[in-house]
Amino acid sequence: VQNTVQHVLLQAEDMQQQIIRETFHLVSKRDDNVCNFLEGGSLIGGSDYKLIYRHYATLYFVFCVDSSESELGILDLIQVFVETLDKCFENVCELDLIFHMDKVHYILQEVVMGGMVLETNMNEITTQVDVQNRMEKSEGGLSAAPARAVSAVKNMNLPEIPRNINIGDINIKVPSLSPF
Amino acid sequence: MALKIVKGSIDRMFDKNLQDLVRGIRNHKEDEAKYISTCIDEIKQELKQDNIAVKANAVCKLTYLQMLGYDVSWAAFNIVEVMSSSKFTYKRIGYLAASQCFHESTDVIMLTTNQIRKDLSSPNQYDTGVALTGLSCFVTPDLARDLANDIMTLMSHTKPYIRKKAVLIMYKVFLKYPESLRPAFPRLKEKLEDPDPGVQSAAVNVICELARRNPKNYLSLAPLFFKLMTSSTNNWVLIKIIKLFGALTPLEPRLGKKLIEPLTNLIHSTSAMSLLYECVNTVIAVLISLSSGMPNHSASIQLCVQKLRILIEDSDQNLKYLGLLAMSKILKTHPKSVQSHKDLILQCLDDKDESIRLRALDLLYGMVSKKNLMEIVKKLMLHVDKAEGTTYRDELLTKIIDICSQSNYQYITNFEWYISILVELTRLEGTRHGHLIASQMLDVAIRVKAIRGFAVAQMATLLDNAHLLTGNMQRMGICEVLYAAAWICGEFSEHLENPMQTLEAMLRPKVATLPGHIQAVYVQNAAKLFATVLKSQEGNTDSTAAQETSQLMIDRLPLFVQSANLEVQERASCILQLVKYIQKLQQKDVEVAEEVSALFAGELNPVAPKAQKKVPVPEGLDLDSWINEPPSESESEDEQPKAIFAKEEPKHSRPRREEVDEKELAKRREARKQEQANNPFYIKASPSSQKVYQEAPGVEHIPVVQIDLSVPLKVPGLPMSDQYVKLEEERRQKERAEKKKKEKKKRKEKRSGRGKKHDSGPESEEDITPAHQVDIVTEEMPENALPSDDDDKDPNDPHKALDIDLDNLVEAAARRPLADSEKLPVRSHRAAEAPKSPTEDGDATSQEPKKKSSKEKREKKKDKDRDRKKSKEEKKKKKHKHEEKGEDLLGGEAEEPVVQSEETNEVAAPPTSTSAEETATVAAAEAAPMPEATSGIAPDSEPDEPKDTEMEETKSSKHKKKKQKKEKEEKEKKKKKKHHHHHHHSDGGGEEAVQNGTVEEEEPLPPMSNYCLLAENSYVKMVYDIQGNLQDGSQVVVSVIFENKCDSFLKSMEFNVLDSLNSKLQRPEGSGPHDGLTVPFQLPPGVSNEARFVFTVQSIIMPQKLKGTLTFIVKNEDSSTHEKLDFKLHFTCTSYLITTPCYSDAFAKLLESGDLKCSSVRLEGVNMPFHHLLARICFHHHFSVVERIDSCASMYSRSIQGHHVCLLVKVSAQTVSIDAKCDEPTLLGNVLDEIKQTFSQC
Repeated sequence: VQNTVQHVLLQAEDMQQQIIRETFHLVSKRDDNVCNFLEGGSLIGGSDYKLIYRHYATLYFVFCVDSSESELGILDLIQVFVETLDKCFENVCELDLIFHMDKVHYILQEVVMGGMVLETNMNEITTQVDVQNRMEKSEGGLSAAPARAVSAVKNMNLPEIPRNINIGDINIKVPSLSPF
Repeated sequence: MALKIVKGSIDRMFDKNLQDLVRGIRNHKEDEAKYISTCIDEIKQELKQDNIAVKANAVCKLTYLQMLGYDVSWAAFNIVEVMSSSKFTYKRIGYLAASQCFHESTDVIMLTTNQIRKDLSSPNQYDTGVALTGLSCFVTPDLARDLANDIMTLMSHTKPYIRKKAVLIMYKVFLKYPESLRPAFPRLKEKLEDPDPGVQSAAVNVICELARRNPKNYLSLAPLFFKLMTSSTNNWVLIKIIKLFGALTPLEPRLGKKLIEPLTNLIHSTSAMSLLYECVNTVIAVLISLSSGMPNHSASIQLCVQKLRILIEDSDQNLKYLGLLAMSKILKTHPKSVQSHKDLILQCLDDKDESIRLRALDLLYGMVSKKNLMEIVKKLMLHVDKAEGTTYRDELLTKIIDICSQSNYQYITNFEWYISILVELTRLEGTRHGHLIASQMLDVAIRVKAIRGFAVAQMATLLDNAHLLTGNMQRMGICEVLYAAAWICGEFSEHLENPMQTLEAMLRPKVATLPGHIQAVYVQNAAKLFATVLKSQEGNTDSTAAQETSQLMIDRLPLFVQSANLEVQERASCILQLVKYIQKLQQKDVEVAEEVSALFAGELNPVAPKAQKKVPVPEGLDLDSWINEPPSESESEDEQPKAIFAKEEPKHSRPRREEVDEKELAKRREARKQEQANNPFYIKASPSSQKVYQEAPGVEHIPVVQIDLSVPLKVPGLPMSDQYVKLEEERRQKERAEKKKKEKKKRKEKRSGRGKKHDSGPESEEDITPAHQVDIVTEEMPENALPSDDDDKDPNDPHKALDIDLDNLVEAAARRPLADSEKLPVRSHRAAEAPKSPTEDGDATSQEPKKKSSKEKREKKKDKDRDRKKSKEEKKKKKHKHEEKGEDLLGGEAEEPVVQSEETNEVAAPPTSTSAEETATVAAAEAAPMPEATSGIAPDSEPDEPKDTEMEETKSSKHKKKKQKKEKEEKEKKKKKKHHHHHHHSDGGGEEAVQNGTVEEEEPLPPMSNYCLLAENSYVKMVYDIQGNLQDGSQVVVSVIFENKCDSFLKSMEFNVLDSLNSKLQRPEGSGPHDGLTVPFQLPPGVSNEARFVFTVQSIIMPQKLKGTLTFIVKNEDSSTHEKLDFKLHFTCTSYLITTPCYSDAFAKLLESGDLKCSSVRLEGVNMPFHHLLARICFHHHFSVVERIDSCASMYSRSIQGHHVCLLVKVSAQTVSIDAKCDEPTLLGNVLDEIKQTFSQC
């Protein structure tokens, strides 16, 4: 069985935060040239468990697994997961993951289910994710058109709107129109 | 209404979505908590609205907040609401939130059962998928129990996507609802050979996980896994299987022999490091399990070690780490082959990666010898100095001590060196292992007499500098060594060069800051020192010096008399009075030194760890009975002083403590507390001293008087000083001196070897203990608990709880006689399962349960019969035949004729059995080792076969059990061989062959299918089947398989039906009553796929036809046309029936009740075997057989609305008469008509 700490999962909120903090603390201070395994502390379930992580730019992908999983296998799995993210988000970057945590979860759920490895074939994973995303689109998505429009408006900084609308432009346009 | 909608969507426009929330949080770094609390308020508002989209959005945001660590359990009900939305988008959000936020104690989980069940049987595979994924995260025992059948059904879903998820989630279900393991196992096993690699891998995953916890129950699967291992190319699956074999081989060494070759081949051939590594690991496990050598063993070991060396030398740190990890496994059994790589391992000690250094440390343990111990330890000491971070340093410290003390100090040639190492280790700041060092000092000083002089000198220096150590109040801190130092100096004070100085050091005011138990030792040993000093001073005839010494004691002791620690106080005041008395005598010029030192006379000998055990229990003493009802305080007082023992013989006393199991301890504590509370004379101990009771309860035999003196209360929390500077200087001086000494000693290794002998001598002194029988007796109480000590180890592992649970299940299941398990779990299982049949080959599923049980029974019978009662066989077989057939049809479409022919025919029962044996022998010859290997294994462990045999036993003749055992074993072997044979067959064809092979006895039925043609044109063909939904009496699920018959792509398929008053197609929320349903897939040429549509029906007593249309777009490369196909959906009354098993007694009651109306029908000219006839009725009309006697059978089914339908089927010649009873005559009439029609068609 395998638990996935993967940046933000887990159960009881306080424990969860503590585990994540601790894990991050452990993992982030490690050099890039050391091995990607960390022996289990009491926090993550004892000696049967290991932290296996990979480091990509600013991101750490951490899996917590017990001895029934192959260490190198899990490293491969993380790679598969990240490549899948890359495919699904088209050149994934940190911000994609931050703003679309839900989507990351949906993708992860196609890789790992209830703590067990579900699928390791990247094509299969992307296919399933795509189909589900298309279904979502066909239903209009969560934030259907109007909401999206609104959020676009909201994204503009309202106080700045007057400044952005250059009255000068109008003036220019008006003269150019008038001869016509 | 319209207004409301408009208002809703306007509200919605101003909602934040997830991205806004994230952005907001990022923009409010400084007042994040405040921002989030306003967001939560907004979310609460949003959740109050009716609009599901708004709610979903809110829940989506909540999920994110939960990930940030905010408690969102208050929104659990809203999450359930969103989960139950019909839109996939929302549903997915809901399930995601649930999987994040729900846990066992979330009470709304109870409300989700039906929703989840509905989603599981949804026609949309992604609804099902999402529900499975979510469920896997929050499944509770209740959910597992209620949904086990639904999920089991899904394991045979047409879509591999669903199958693999269903298979995987079964593991979670097993954990929560162990009873499901047995009924589900056959199907799980089937999935090991699923055509889809994903499903196969999931099944392997689950079984490996199960087997890891309880390998012996899965040994019988070894041949199957072996086959998979040699045939699979999926590295994931291979790794899992190979890991599993690693767990199995310790139980069955013969399996290991068989494995070595293929594994070696894999090691040579694979390019995947992960696979290579796991192969090596398993080979190691095999080699470990094969204790006695086969000739080619060493070759395998060499191969492994070589490969590992390559890994370790690799520049990839991961490989290096794993290589070391595997190496340490080899070390345990084949230390020599590892020792040759010492260079490499020592090199790893210098690695920059801590994990790798730790692994290398593990290996060092096995690499030391007398020759290199000092060298290695020196290296480690260097690391200790360099180490950053206390964890690694502590690890180093324990390793040094482990390495040195292993096997009774076997490798230490110079104990002075060791003592100085220990002293050096005391320099470690902030270590948690002061206690460990202290116990080593004591151990060495007591057991190695030759070293005492040196040890005492070292300890005296330590004491002198003790004030430098105090100050840091860390528990188990380094000041613990002062305990040892004080005791050693006191006990062996005759070796002290300057006892007076040490005495002063021990009486410094600073000492009062030490933990109580250390102070107590100080006080006691100061008294010992005092005696020594007096002796020497009186010898000088200088009475003033002696009096000054007494005065010193009298001056300093009052400090301790005031101590808050009882033990210290008591000892100090006692000794103070004594010294005062001595002073009086001194003033009268009385010689007291002799008498004073007599107080501490006698040598202390170590007690062997097992000494206590060897003390016989006196006759008539019942160690388990209470002497006095509540465990009195006095007991606890007795316990305290024993802490000494804990110190000196940690190995001994630690287990002791655990022996008294927690409950009892708690009980005692409780009782004690109460007594104390009621006892006005009892001064309550401080909390810390109470802890002492708990820690020390084991040490009851304080036989050696001296010990009492030194062992005080044990108080947690030890002070430590940071003033290491001086200490260190001295250390260095010492070091220098030591080094010289070391060199000298090296030369004198032999001498110190003698020293070693000294220690082993006293160790075995067991005669000491008998002298103190009373103590022993009390001590032995816990000893009885020793076995439970082992148990205690398991609970230590927090995850064992799960394992145990599962283990119990499996074991219990395997042990339980079949009858039991069959009746209870299986039946109920079926009952529940039947309703769920909407999934894929609905018919199949609905009948499967029946099959299973009958299968099992049959199997049992078969075996029995074969071996003993061939005549009886036929009857039983007949009974079960018809049931079997249903199954065969379902699972066995791909079944091979070979297999079937092998099975017994009714007519040809004896011949078949012989043929089976023949094949068995052939198979045995072919593949002898594997079957043999498995045959020796406990038969119960096999999920399928064992049941059979057990059933046999219980049913047929309990008294004959013993006899049977032998036979059973033989049978088992045969069976297995046969099994193996099947495997060979199945290589070529159907995977079910194995199972069916053992099950089947009768003439095969022609393949049957419930799917009938719905409509067809040149583009598309539709077949359909209708299944009732037991959860909802008004629902049926229509499964339609669409097959693309043309060369073009079919897309945008829309399925629409003209609803009638009685039956309506369920459409998603928000769509109109005449909208079509989009078929959730497209069809490339030649492909077929299945979609499900849910209909609501009101009355089910009449059959009904609904007109409908399928519209679709045919897309060619250049053109696309819009086409349509009309059809008529025929809802037969049969489709409202659900296969429901019924016991014969319940059936009889039902018939007696008189509520049922009669009807009957005769079928002429039916020309088929009776069991075929029954199978057809079962299969096509969803009945189950209640009882069958010769050519007469009673059958039962139930409608989705709860109508009972009972049939009595009789055959004479070619006429079948069916008498039927039902509480709804119209329904019955229609069902009978349909049955009639079924048979008229064939």
